[in-house]
Amino acid sequence: MQERPLSPHIQIYKPQLTSALSIMHRMTGLLLSLGLMGMSLWLIALSTGEKPYALWLTIAGNILVRILLVVWTWSFYYHLCNGVRHLLWDSGHGLEISAVYRSGYLALGASVVLTGLTWLMLAAAG
Amino acid sequence: MADYRTPLARARGLGAAGNGSKHWIGQRVSALALLVLGLWFVWSLALHSGFDYDAAIAWVRRPHVAVTLLLTVAMGFYHMYLGLRVVIEDYVHQIALKSALLVMVFAGSCLMGVTAIVSVLRIFFGGSVDG
Repeated sequence: MQERPLSPHIQIYKPQLTSALSIMHRMTGLLLSLGLMGMSLWLIALSTGEKPYALWLTIAGNILVRILLVVWTWSFYYHLCNGVRHLLWDSGHGLEISAVYRSGYLALGASVVLTGLTWLMLAAAG
Repeated sequence: MADYRTPLARARGLGAAGNGSKHWIGQRVSALALLVLGLWFVWSLALHSGFDYDAAIAWVRRPHVAVTLLLTVAMGFYHMYLGLRVVIEDYVHQIALKSALLVMVFAGSCLMGVTAIVSVLRIFFGGSVDG
């Protein structure tokens, strides 16, 4: 591809909620791809037998993997909430700048609350 | 040698592939499906009390769980494939690398997706071996 001059790009703009949430949608999407691999490994281990499954449980019990599982849970909820924003925009709703900011804060808050609730349920279930 | 092709014929195939709307709609329809399926999966795990081997096997063997799990895996990998494709197309412009990555993502999605589906079916039809 030919090198051509670029117009001023993201590096000259002040960081904004809108752009930050947009790039977060991509990053959580990438994290969720890894999460889907983890889910597949869980199913593969479960189908292979008791010992591979026990190994999977041991790995999942590791503190670093636990942290990763929390990050995945949050990624899931964030990508879901922000995805709903995208679906609403695609249908022509909530495109005023004030509404975009309101739904952005709402998605961010909801993702944190839902992650907390999910892990409270998991802790209660043991 | 003289090029007898018309300007239109030369331009064909260099622009958009013309199937963008299929991708666009597929991404959104699978998103809607995963809105339900994803919440079902996460909440099922969260509400289920413990997932030792026997409990997990018993859970997957319930017919409605197996069906919903298969749909979740299928929709998940489809949505992932479409999403990763867009990310590669947006950021990787070197044609050889871009093509290689796109093929790898396609192959990887198919391989992992089918393997996960076969795993669910194997559990459901009782093919798991102990030890």
